[in-house]
Amino acid sequence: MAAESYPEDLRYHPEHDWARIEGDTAVLGITWYGQDALGELVHYEPPDVGATLSKDGAYGEVESVKAVSDLIAPLSGEVLEVNDKVVEAPETVNDDPYGEGWLVKIRVADQAETDALMDAETYKSHLSTL
Amino acid sequence: MSHLSLTDADREEMLAAIGVSSVEDLFRDIPEGVRYRAALDLEPALTEPELVAHLEELASRNAHTGVELSFLGAGIYDHYVPAVVDAVLQRGEFLTAYTPYQPEMSQGVLQTIFEYQTAICELTGMDISNASGYDGTTVAADACFIAKHATGRSKVVLAETVNPQVRQVVKTYAPGFGLEVVEVPHRGGTTDPDEFAAACREAACAIFQQPNFFGCLEPAPDLAAAANDAEALPVAHVDPVSLGVLEAPGNYGCAIAIGEGQGAGNYQSFGGPHYGFIAARADYTRRMPGRIVGETTDAAGKRGYVLTLQTREQHIRREKATSNITTNQTLLALAGLVHLTWLGPQGLREVGETCMALAEHAKERLAAAGAESLFPGKATFKEFAVRVGRNGRDVVRAARERGVHPGYALGRDYEGLDDALLVAVTEKRTPDEVARLVQVIEEVAA
Amino acid sequence: MTRLIYERSRPGRRASGIPAHDLPAAHVPAELARRHPPRLPEVAEPELVRHFTELSTRNFGIDTGFYPLGSCTMKHNPRVNERVVGLPGFRDLHPLQEEEGAQGALELMWRLQEILAEVAGLPAVSLQPAAGSQGELTGLMLFHAYFADRGELDQRREIVIPDTAHGTNPASVTMAGFELVGVKTDPRGNVDLDDLRGKVGPQTAGLMLTNPSTLGLFDENIEEIERIFHGAGALMYYDGANLNAVCGISRPGDMGFDVVHINLHKTFSQPHGGGGPGGGPIAVAARLEPFLPVPAVVRRDDGSFGLDFDRPKSIGRVRGFTGPFGVFVRSYAYIRAYGPALRDMSEVAVLNANYLLARLKEAYDLPFDRLCMHEFVVSARTLKKEHGITALDVAKRLMDYGFHPPTIYFPLVVPEALMVEPTETEPKERLDEFCDAMLAIAREAADDPDVIRSAPHTRPVGRLDEVKAAKRAVVRYGFEDHPSLADEPAAAAVPKGA
Repeated sequence: MAAESYPEDLRYHPEHDWARIEGDTAVLGITWYGQDALGELVHYEPPDVGATLSKDGAYGEVESVKAVSDLIAPLSGEVLEVNDKVVEAPETVNDDPYGEGWLVKIRVADQAETDALMDAETYKSHLSTL
Repeated sequence: MSHLSLTDADREEMLAAIGVSSVEDLFRDIPEGVRYRAALDLEPALTEPELVAHLEELASRNAHTGVELSFLGAGIYDHYVPAVVDAVLQRGEFLTAYTPYQPEMSQGVLQTIFEYQTAICELTGMDISNASGYDGTTVAADACFIAKHATGRSKVVLAETVNPQVRQVVKTYAPGFGLEVVEVPHRGGTTDPDEFAAACREAACAIFQQPNFFGCLEPAPDLAAAANDAEALPVAHVDPVSLGVLEAPGNYGCAIAIGEGQGAGNYQSFGGPHYGFIAARADYTRRMPGRIVGETTDAAGKRGYVLTLQTREQHIRREKATSNITTNQTLLALAGLVHLTWLGPQGLREVGETCMALAEHAKERLAAAGAESLFPGKATFKEFAVRVGRNGRDVVRAARERGVHPGYALGRDYEGLDDALLVAVTEKRTPDEVARLVQVIEEVAA
Repeated sequence: MTRLIYERSRPGRRASGIPAHDLPAAHVPAELARRHPPRLPEVAEPELVRHFTELSTRNFGIDTGFYPLGSCTMKHNPRVNERVVGLPGFRDLHPLQEEEGAQGALELMWRLQEILAEVAGLPAVSLQPAAGSQGELTGLMLFHAYFADRGELDQRREIVIPDTAHGTNPASVTMAGFELVGVKTDPRGNVDLDDLRGKVGPQTAGLMLTNPSTLGLFDENIEEIERIFHGAGALMYYDGANLNAVCGISRPGDMGFDVVHINLHKTFSQPHGGGGPGGGPIAVAARLEPFLPVPAVVRRDDGSFGLDFDRPKSIGRVRGFTGPFGVFVRSYAYIRAYGPALRDMSEVAVLNANYLLARLKEAYDLPFDRLCMHEFVVSARTLKKEHGITALDVAKRLMDYGFHPPTIYFPLVVPEALMVEPTETEPKERLDEFCDAMLAIAREAADDPDVIRSAPHTRPVGRLDEVKAAKRAVVRYGFEDHPSLADEPAAAAVPKGA
């Protein structure tokens, strides 16, 4: 399992999802806090390639033995790629939530939405209130 | 009261520890407006001897199979329940255990469920079974729920030869599930595959029964093919006792197999409790309702069993669960497992062959006595329908006066069959008993 | 390690004998005939009996010891009930027998209906539902039919459920075709009335509530809740899982509920059987009676008993025949043994629970500072914070002390929850032993937490790898290729609680 961290170069959503913005695309995943709360993941239900995500809406699910959690889209956009490695081995998310454990890659529909996301410091403060 | 250990001394100590002066104080949060102050209007308490006498009196006013020779079937059957079933079910560790949520305390129950799941998969030719459903009717509703979510379609097809109660229950569940239910009428006691195929267009699933409610053998592989061609899930409602001689639904293209388990291991018990079974292809694993037991190991590598894939279930997935089912029919399914173990593959085949041979014999003797087969030329399993020349219900009453229940009056469920009876012949019947049935029918039929 | 029955199997062995008759064989048409026999076990009777006996010794029931699962009501199952359910007049009676031949059974059912109506405080009863969950679904189907009959169904789509509800409640809402609206619980453990008022209106079909709740607390505002829902033209459903607290003390019908389900396998001692059978009969207010499942069990003017199928507004049949009759026999016998003193059952259940609560609160956190009803919730929150010991750890260590653990991680509103329901059939010494064990574990958390984390030590297996079971679901015996999961990679160290 990974050590707790919240990389500076990512943007965060209060429901424990992150986005790495790379021009007009973004990679999405769940944070260290999110995977820690769920426990070891046993299943990832991804969206279809080509599906449309809406900011703050659910776009898929991850499951541990005892819990199910909706994945919340930090940004709106079209799904370009799904990480099949996580589909095959969901525990990848626990081991490396920001690297190998990425969930989907999307084309960002509206760059202005990134302003609403938190930076790492703000997200860490948010966590301390929980 | 023999269940309560509380003494006056106990009560005093406990109230003191709690810090109240009387038991009445413990209920002080209940608003007076909803506090029930009267005594419950129930009959006085009975001691154990009085209780047994009262229940024996009630039981004595029931005409059970020990006092009346019966050929009544129609979904519940007088198959032999071996003594080992009673012995195992009386073990208090099985009888009085709860659902095995704490696996280290419940390896006995968990392993028996795993063995039961295996047996159901073997009988039906499927990949995954749950730990049981309520009965042979509600599992049909479960199958429709799986099919609706798997296909995105909301039409379900039912052959008219499926047990009427099964069809009624699907129709009761349909409004809440958002299902449109279509029935395919029978043709001479079985279902026509072309008509079935036409109905299957745009359907989520299509349910047929094998053997069907009339006891006739359906062209099951053709019905499954008809559903598959329309991309509807074929669902076979099967008799577990027949699966030693009839092909497993998983081996002729079905997606889901369901049925009533009573004939394998449970007494008739005026209709319940029994167990429904549901098994499916691996594709539908995550949509299966109810509990499923899986194999695993502990830290020392020791094999053990746990409830698994629990994220399907209500206690985790809540409003998105595959079903609301919690308490199911575990003890009755255990009886089924013990029964199937007692039978073994040889015994199961012999039961099927014996039922068929006795039923054929009864069919011939009744025909010779004037009670013609309703569907001549159709192969049957352990049940068959005959015409008795007058109102079937009246024939039943007259026969019972002679100590024989001759079978189910089909007019109760099917138009135009008022003069027909459904006669069930299990391996508990003998040629002499069949002769007695024939004699009585000769006396009371027209 | 114990063997599977398939591993005790040897070709050619069998326990059964089927009577043979000198009759011509009947043949199945070739295209329908079984090609390969099912691989059922092949064992003779001695190994069969040994196998299931051995498995029973690896299982814990109420007969074995204290079993304080919250909202499950694990009370003693009287043995006389097993004797009477086995009477041939009940056991060997076909459900489609003519009414004249089933008067004893029909009378028993009718009498049970009358009893349940009295306990619930509602006039009409159906015994059909197979379990509490099915009772819930049936009740919601009644809501559906009632509003459809009044032309209000399109408008009323919502069912309100508190955040402490059993998962069955929201699952039933979905199966009945309604939508879920959640309502919060206030700091006193009652439904939050301010939150509630904003969520009830003309769009509301009804409420599903357990009272006392899964927190073991009686809702002090139940009368106001009734005014809110009936005032909005909505209906009220009572989940009877916690009825053991209030029999003869407060009746759901008097609280204002329109439908009540009763868990015969909880309150009325049908043995749990490792997960069933149960019974979930419902009692309803007069305005819902026309919609009840069909057939109805009735007493006719001539005093005979029968089945009435003439119910034009009925929602239909929800299962086969008239319900789990064997369960009715046991529950009927159980209640007849108490008579009006059924109230004692609830009083002692509540006394026992409050006694445990009084002793345990010195070592476990108390989320709500109130007297409880028949069950209560404490939390291992402080143990987790100070010693890293979770509710799961406490549960596993209790096994070493000879107790079945209480319910853990439910209700969801309390972190590290332990929900404890002793029932009325426990003697005081057993309650004291349980408290002593719980307090000992709290001390171990400080002094020797490792012995807790590696518990249980005294059961047939240690903590089982549930992650492996979920990722690689082996759900039946693999015969030739039975996989040895000992070779599979192990999961991460300690499974997370929650």
